[in-house]
Amino acid sequence: MSAVIRTYDVGLRNRRSLVNKLALALSLVAMAIGIAALVWILFDVVRLGISALSPTLFTQDTPAPGSAGGLRNAIVGSLLLVGLATLIGTPIGVLAGIYLAEYGARSWLADATRFVNDILLSAPSIVLGLFVYAVFVTRTGGFSGWAGVIVLALLMIPVIVRTTENMLLLVPNTLREAAYALGCNKWKVIMYITLRAARSGVITGILLAVARITGETAPLLFTALSNQFFSANLNAPIANLPVTIYKFAMSPYADWVSLAWAGVFLITMGVLALNILARIFFREDQQR
Amino acid sequence: MQSDPTSAVASATGTTHVDQRASIAPPPQRIEHSATPDLLFCWLTRSVAAFTFILLAAIIVSLMVASWPSIRKFGASFLWSTNWDPPAQQFGALVSIWGTISTSLIALAIAVPLSFGIAMFLTELSPKWLKRPLGTMIELLAAVPSIVYGMWGLLVFAPIFGQYVQPLLSNTLGKVPLLGALFSGPPLGIGLLAAGIILAFMIIPFIAAVMRDVFDTTPPMLKESAYGVGATTWEVVWNIVLPYTKGGVVGGIMLGLGRALGETMAVTFVIGNTNAFQGLSLMNPGNSITSLIANEFAEAGPGLHTSALLELGLILFVITFFVLACAKIMLARMGRAEGRK
Repeated sequence: MSAVIRTYDVGLRNRRSLVNKLALALSLVAMAIGIAALVWILFDVVRLGISALSPTLFTQDTPAPGSAGGLRNAIVGSLLLVGLATLIGTPIGVLAGIYLAEYGARSWLADATRFVNDILLSAPSIVLGLFVYAVFVTRTGGFSGWAGVIVLALLMIPVIVRTTENMLLLVPNTLREAAYALGCNKWKVIMYITLRAARSGVITGILLAVARITGETAPLLFTALSNQFFSANLNAPIANLPVTIYKFAMSPYADWVSLAWAGVFLITMGVLALNILARIFFREDQQR
Repeated sequence: MQSDPTSAVASATGTTHVDQRASIAPPPQRIEHSATPDLLFCWLTRSVAAFTFILLAAIIVSLMVASWPSIRKFGASFLWSTNWDPPAQQFGALVSIWGTISTSLIALAIAVPLSFGIAMFLTELSPKWLKRPLGTMIELLAAVPSIVYGMWGLLVFAPIFGQYVQPLLSNTLGKVPLLGALFSGPPLGIGLLAAGIILAFMIIPFIAAVMRDVFDTTPPMLKESAYGVGATTWEVVWNIVLPYTKGGVVGGIMLGLGRALGETMAVTFVIGNTNAFQGLSLMNPGNSITSLIANEFAEAGPGLHTSALLELGLILFVITFFVLACAKIMLARMGRAEGRK
């Protein structure tokens, strides 16, 4: 009569608690592995990169194996390619983003563009390189800086379209309505009200797009190629950091490998700085 | 002013009225309400949007045209021939397709559980103040350029991997029947397995970010009910959150797979770059579609060799297109289900 009625099974409870602890521990381990990978890579890049840094890096061109040199031509070439690609890609990306956010709420063209844009966002960059090779390089008589500029611009556009659309959609409709009520044209509302309100978000997108193309190597192999000498001529192959790093890192010469580490250090720091800058920009805007 | 119908009507009807108003205050400057700039702007943005759409079609068409000589010569046998011999003008893609698929599957096998753990940590376990910095660090893994992964993989990771990890694997997993065939072979460091592991770290941020975002969409009510009846954190994640976000999770994994299939530089550095098929072992060096293109394209003579490489690019694009389209559709369905509530 006075038998204790067990409302729960102690063994089962212990087992469940054990499974739970195990799962949480494994999740912690997964997080630790992810962080450790980032720290390990960055640590090695900084360690090997800094030891290869020298002032001649910025004053001399890429050397023949066995002689001293720097990366001046590659750095200048990369800045040129990325800068021009940004100038071409930004207006196209922003305008397409404006169409998707402001005009294309329910049109089939907007839906199709959104879909295609998301595919292109993750499509292999090497395929875009082959595309520019097939339609541009073979028709213009060889590898050239312009081909590199085009492929980098094509890689930027989907990123900018995506962020511009998202940022414009965050602008409250009351702002648009207020502007219309004052008699603004639609294009003026977009250019002077909504785009301005979404400005820092759009700039964040552009910064992230620049960060994406800065380290891009594969598509440049079939477009800009590389150049051992200093050149600012965009109608001929032009030196750039990623392809130079690829060539030097795969080589058996110690001084080339060391230059490649210096290049990797410069690119990594540049890309991380752009990413962190973009985040700071965006967060400040969110807090305002 | 002539083009504006309202001002023309005003001047034709009551002139005294206008005079009266002018005596009180200067007439306000009329804003020209011409529709032309509006239309121009609309068409400008629309045609630019159509540009991305045309771009996709142009990629497929131009790659097909450029690879036509190879498609006509080899037909479907291109897909299952292992013979890639540029001097003999014989081209078959099986070795590189195997390399692409095996490295991507290795990457998924490693990245999916790790990403799940990371997403679970970020959504359920992490103290609030740590969420943002830890999430940012994982996202920065995606920001590191692939050439950095490649160079680091070749010069730092592969030697350590070949010296310590590979002998361990072939001494343990290599002894297991059937599975052993995958883990036997010389511990070179570089090879399919090393490429798969590097790829895993490159796609973790993409999968983890999607998982974290979709986990956060689970209604708190559902989770709280489960906690209320005494479920543990793990039981809530496994039985409530995961079934609820299934579609989004699969979409995120597909997104990661799409990235892994198309990754070039990191793979080219560590895969070993050999066109000969050396058996099923993952320790062997190999070649992927992307690494083969990256290695041979600049030196390929015009004609069949270039055309075959372009056909490889076309195959890669078609595969990734379908994978990414599936990912997109699954994530969109997830988003719609959310919107219905």
